[in-house]
Amino acid sequence: MILVFVEHEAGVPLATSLESLTLGRRLSKVMGLPLHASVAGDGARGVAGALGAYGASAVHAVEDPRIADYAPTAWARALAQVAEAGDARVALAAATDRGSEVMAHVAAIAGLPLAASCVAVAAGDPFVVTRQRFGGSLLEDARIDAGLKLLTVAPYAVPPEEVEPAVEPEIRTVAPDLMEGDLRVRLTGREAADDGRVSLSDARVVVGGGRGVGSADGFRSLEELAGLLGGAVGVSRAVTSLGWRPHAEQVGQTGARIAPDLYIACGISGAIQHMVGCKGAKRILAINTDAEAPIMAKADYAVVGDLRGVLAAVIEEIRRLGSS
Amino acid sequence: MEVVVCVKRVPATAGKITLTEDEVDTKFLSFAVSPHEECAVEEAVRLVEAHGGSSTVLTLGPAEAADQLRDALAMGIGEAVLLETDGTEWDAVATARAISDAVSARREQGRGLDLLLFGNESADTGDFQVGVRVAHALDLPCVTGVKALQIADGRAVAKRQVGSGWEVFEVDLPAVLTIKEGINLPRYPSVPGRLRAKKKEIERIVPERRPAGPERLRLHLPPEQERGVQILGTGPEAAPKVVEILREIGVMAQ
Ligand SMILES: Cc1cc2nc3c(=O)[nH]c(=O)nc-3n(C[C@H](O)[C@H](O)[C@H](O)COP(=O)(O)OP(=O)(O)OC[C@H]3O[C@@H](n4cnc5c(N)ncnc54)[C@H](O)[C@@H]3O)c2cc1C
Ligand SMILES: Nc1ncnc2c1ncn2[C@@H]1O[C@H](COP(=O)(O)O)[C@@H](O)[C@H]1O
Repeated sequence: MILVFVEHEAGVPLATSLESLTLGRRLSKVMGLPLHASVAGDGARGVAGALGAYGASAVHAVEDPRIADYAPTAWARALAQVAEAGDARVALAAATDRGSEVMAHVAAIAGLPLAASCVAVAAGDPFVVTRQRFGGSLLEDARIDAGLKLLTVAPYAVPPEEVEPAVEPEIRTVAPDLMEGDLRVRLTGREAADDGRVSLSDARVVVGGGRGVGSADGFRSLEELAGLLGGAVGVSRAVTSLGWRPHAEQVGQTGARIAPDLYIACGISGAIQHMVGCKGAKRILAINTDAEAPIMAKADYAVVGDLRGVLAAVIEEIRRLGSS
Repeated sequence: MEVVVCVKRVPATAGKITLTEDEVDTKFLSFAVSPHEECAVEEAVRLVEAHGGSSTVLTLGPAEAADQLRDALAMGIGEAVLLETDGTEWDAVATARAISDAVSARREQGRGLDLLLFGNESADTGDFQVGVRVAHALDLPCVTGVKALQIADGRAVAKRQVGSGWEVFEVDLPAVLTIKEGINLPRYPSVPGRLRAKKKEIERIVPERRPAGPERLRLHLPPEQERGVQILGTGPEAAPKVVEILREIGVMAQ
């Protein structure tokens, strides 16, 4: 079988898991193997129906009250046992925080290599994956020789595709054989975020600020514009390193990946590590004093000039239109 | 509190990556460690400042990786270990094995270990796994993606950020933690710190390379996303044009 680890929230599978399932289904076709999904956590079996629409013929629901909440090692143990019992040839998960973590544990438990952040797979002999390096600024083709190939799938690399007609997956209950050490790490609590602001990853508009903003104070106009457009503020690493803004707002390789309708990049040079975080934006508008800044070539629209004057004028124009 | 922190020397470029026949062309590049690892180093220094004990930085890499060890020493790490390679790339399995062997050897020599810190992922290969593999090899609990940490009474309370807030994990020490940028703001090394770091002895070990895959076939650059930029104007005069575009895209509140 091809085995896909599916994450869900309150019984609804995550979009990234549906991407993995779609890649899994392609592999199942090429390799002539059935497509199975494995789901853990509270409400696992409730997810099954939704996975039939993506071609899963069986869903392994891990049901063990000790690990109803997230427990990375134990969830991985269960996944490894499902893979072994079903003689899986490929096991994959989305390259999310949890997907990457669970697969790393599976790899360590099974003593097998793991190809992280894959964007494509050629399931022939050899079995070759294309995977991201440097957060996606570089790609690597690599071959995996293990009997069970382990991989994670980079978000947005494979658009989810439903099957027609949907299949009715068979639900199999999994009672994992856990070792004592597997239970050492379990989610013991949750804390809500402390502000009610628009979250970066959901924002339709992100107003980004870089070193060119000049100071922590300089962000007032960016906040104002974000407020007018119902968006959020994002920043470059130069800004968080200077302590002007919190790291939660950082966009890029070691920050958030955003995909807004519009990203307005103010005083940001466009380093590759920043751009991998915002390449999902539908449109990019750059405001920069330097017409030769790398961001200018990676944007859809650009204004050459001091961001302070440009933002003030844009804000005034929006207000003028709003009041007329 | 005995803390070991693992860092990896990687090429750092803000501009376009260029490739030679089969490698990233590093002729004109500087080297660094990932921001996550810089924060792990800072966290190690702070933990020892707060709880006493000692800290060690460890890397597997070429002789030149001593530079990255010295950067960590300059920030306040006490000792450095270099697992020296000939510069060929090591996969995650082989790297984790060499690191676990080195840490086990230290423990056998009677060195304590309370925390073993990693970055959440390395900046170049981004394998998201060396820390987890080492945790398994040493039979230690592991929390990944840690962005807030408290240590008290032999336990670690480690938090990680999710869309809607924070997830909390509590584990007994010794433990492996993989750190994410944002947990702290790393200090700039002081000049005396740099001078001290220069003089420090670095312990060298030459591990045996045992590749386990995946096997790299080739590197290539992703297709360039040419967006074909349209210049809207210069300075404040461009504002009406900008607002027109905002309307066109449909992001203006009506
Ligand atoms: C492993 C690694 C990971 C990294 N991860 C990230 C990451 O997640 N996110 C990230 O952002 N960076 C990351 N970086 C850092 C990245 O390489 C750049 O250093 C950083 O993005 C630069 O930030 P910046 O564009 O704000 O600053 P600069 O590069 O200094 O650019 C400032 C820009 O502002 C313009 N400017 C100046 N004044 C004005 C003005 N008054 N009006 C308009 N424009 C003005 C300048 O022309 C310039 O283009 C990472 C680096 C490494 C090595
Ligand atoms: N060659 C290395 N030497 C020391 N530590 C490493 C090395 N490679 C990876 N690590 C550590 O393991 C973490 C995860 O790496 P990776 O699994 O490659 O994403 C990194 O952030 C480092 O802390």
